[in-house]
Amino acid sequence: MTRRLSNTANGPTTLLAAGCRRSYSPSLRMSTQAPPGFPHRHLLGIEGLSPLDIVALLDRADEAVEISRQVEKKRTTLRGRTQINLFFEPSTRTQSSFELAGKRLGADVMNMSVASSSVKKGETLIDTAATLNAMRPDIIVVRHHQAGAVHLLARKVDCAVVNAGDGAHEHPTQALLDALTIRRNKGRIEGLTVAICGDVLHSRVARSNIILLMALGARVRVIGPSTLLPPGLARFGVEVFTDMRKGLKDVDIVMMLRLQRERMNGSFVPSVKEYFRYFGLDGDKLSHAKADALVMHPGPMNRGVEISSEVADGAQSLIKEQVEMGVAVRMAVLEALATHLPNA
Amino acid sequence: MTTLLLTNAHLIDPATGREGPGAVLVRDRVIADIHWGRPASVPEGAEVIECGGQVLTAGLVDLRAFVGEPGAEHRETLASASAAAAAGGVTTLVCMPDTNPPIDEPAIVDFVLRRARDTASIHVLPAAAITKGLAGQVMTEFGLLTEAGAVAFTDGLKAVTNAQVMRRALTYARDFGVLLMQHVEEPTLVGDGVMNEGEMASRLGLHGIPREAETILLERDIRLVRLTGGRYHAAMISCADSVEIVRRAKEAGLPVTCGVSINNLVLNENDIGHYRTFCKLSPPLRTEADRQAVVAALNEGVIDVIVSDHNPQDVETKRLPFAEAADGALGIETLLAAALRLVHAGDVSLPRLLAALSAAPSRVLGRETGRLSPGAPADLVLIDPDAPYVLDKRQLKSRSKNSPFDEARLQGQASLTMVAGRIVHRHGETR
Repeated sequence: MTRRLSNTANGPTTLLAAGCRRSYSPSLRMSTQAPPGFPHRHLLGIEGLSPLDIVALLDRADEAVEISRQVEKKRTTLRGRTQINLFFEPSTRTQSSFELAGKRLGADVMNMSVASSSVKKGETLIDTAATLNAMRPDIIVVRHHQAGAVHLLARKVDCAVVNAGDGAHEHPTQALLDALTIRRNKGRIEGLTVAICGDVLHSRVARSNIILLMALGARVRVIGPSTLLPPGLARFGVEVFTDMRKGLKDVDIVMMLRLQRERMNGSFVPSVKEYFRYFGLDGDKLSHAKADALVMHPGPMNRGVEISSEVADGAQSLIKEQVEMGVAVRMAVLEALATHLPNA
Repeated sequence: MTTLLLTNAHLIDPATGREGPGAVLVRDRVIADIHWGRPASVPEGAEVIECGGQVLTAGLVDLRAFVGEPGAEHRETLASASAAAAAGGVTTLVCMPDTNPPIDEPAIVDFVLRRARDTASIHVLPAAAITKGLAGQVMTEFGLLTEAGAVAFTDGLKAVTNAQVMRRALTYARDFGVLLMQHVEEPTLVGDGVMNEGEMASRLGLHGIPREAETILLERDIRLVRLTGGRYHAAMISCADSVEIVRRAKEAGLPVTCGVSINNLVLNENDIGHYRTFCKLSPPLRTEADRQAVVAALNEGVIDVIVSDHNPQDVETKRLPFAEAADGALGIETLLAAALRLVHAGDVSLPRLLAALSAAPSRVLGRETGRLSPGAPADLVLIDPDAPYVLDKRQLKSRSKNSPFDEARLQGQASLTMVAGRIVHRHGETR
């Protein structure tokens, strides 16, 4: 299940280690061919992607960053294609990021959220999928509150499916955008030590990141109170800490996770006050990491719960850059999947 | 008065473990004679069934099957469940009280028995609820329900979690000599859990059910058995720790028996793969180490009984995201074939397997079935243990199709099933 790189001598991580992403000269035209080694019809998770697949997506996303920074941001790769963003869970940033990514590639994008849909009238996920499928979309982006729901839906439709988060399972584009952000700032991923901190138990972001970072050769630490750590976590190949200061010692990257409000009041941790004291990232705790350590958060942040404003807005924070990278990574993913669509 | 001679068979008596070539003479509804070894002379007027050297043994007795009648006939009726059972070599099934209305009053027991008499081809024995409405609070009428025909008491899918209620039920049950069968799962520890707790659940992003949800309730119950002296049957255990708890209880001489679901004997949590809801079960499929532990416990006799835990579910309750799907799998028709996997793998001998499938459950119920001996009911099954096939769920006789063995390669099937001297199933046709 966990991919460890045994072939670093000829694997893609050597490309990364050589810092090659800085060496190419972007033509500012995204290629129309699928990147070699991206053979997947859907993006359901990081699990199942090879390191080569991941690196290809990141390379493509680097190009998309350049596109997004131009005045003329519009491309035609997805012209004539229909993208449906099907969100069973409220989301502002992920949904708008996918919407913008689709539009920048020229797709017609429709947003559908559960609050206004027939799901509340008792329609099942499968029926919703069948109904949307009959409208002949090319890509469906799905977020659902249940793990595995996106896999279930993908089996019932003819188009490409992107997992925009399923329960506590995976959120692959978040992990890709985090990797892109790290790679652009550190020049590599292999050999870095990354600490993922907080509510790992309920976090799809953490799972996708653990799989991706380990696949690309990073060392991963997980830090949190034991009530918020999934059983069997050590068997993922990560180091587990319940003391934030020890866990943060000499790390290159600190990834904070959001703590859901309903889990703060005695069910998993006794109080916000106690949680922030022991697991909230403030300047003191951050000082245990390397001096050039960078701070990330998938958002939306609970300031004063898992992260202090001082750190969130500080010089080491990459949080705003993550949002920018999100659009680029989603453009890369949509484009890679589009190459598998009929008549591509 | 009909006389049947089943000849040229390989006999296995599940009650004694004795096996060898022979023939069985059936007269009316009972076994009239067993001919071990020597070729039998054909009595005048007897119909002869040539068994072709296949295994002839007592019909299977399944202590745990959910039937949707009354209340959920779209999932399963007594007729369809018994047809599925007959095709799988099961001649007696104990139906669970989780019906609508639940089997918690003598009139409902009577209803089920009448419907079974009129529509079912095998013996259907109702288990009644321990508590009214399966609500875990108020005891049912153990005496009157037993008189009406209830063979055991259980709250089916639910455990009796209130220790005081369980203590009183065990105490009162002792006076009537009735059997309590507990689903050993503490719901507060199950919580949001939907599969075995551990690495696999964490990878799938699903909440886990710790083994302690089972062991804590089992340990509590066994202390209550020691306190009260009531007869107790742990319906299904799923892990190594539970095996040790039951072993200790038996060594202490307590009136405790124990079952295991066929699913926990031949499947493990990896069979869930990418969210296969047909493998969402209670107790959950656990690790391969746990599976091996329960297989070993079956061999040692710590586990007495194998049950199908037959639980028909329709598409609407299963074709959902994993955590939202209902628990349960079909099992009664594939019970024998799935169990034979243990024999083919060399893990369990065929006589030991058949003991756990017919003799032991009969003993738990205090019935005469489950043995090859003169005077026993002529509930028999002829087994071709080697016949290979790929299971096609469309061929299943159940009204529901939620089999975890769909498209599985299986080996072994019931060639012929006989209930009280009447042939109710022949492979390729069902009478």
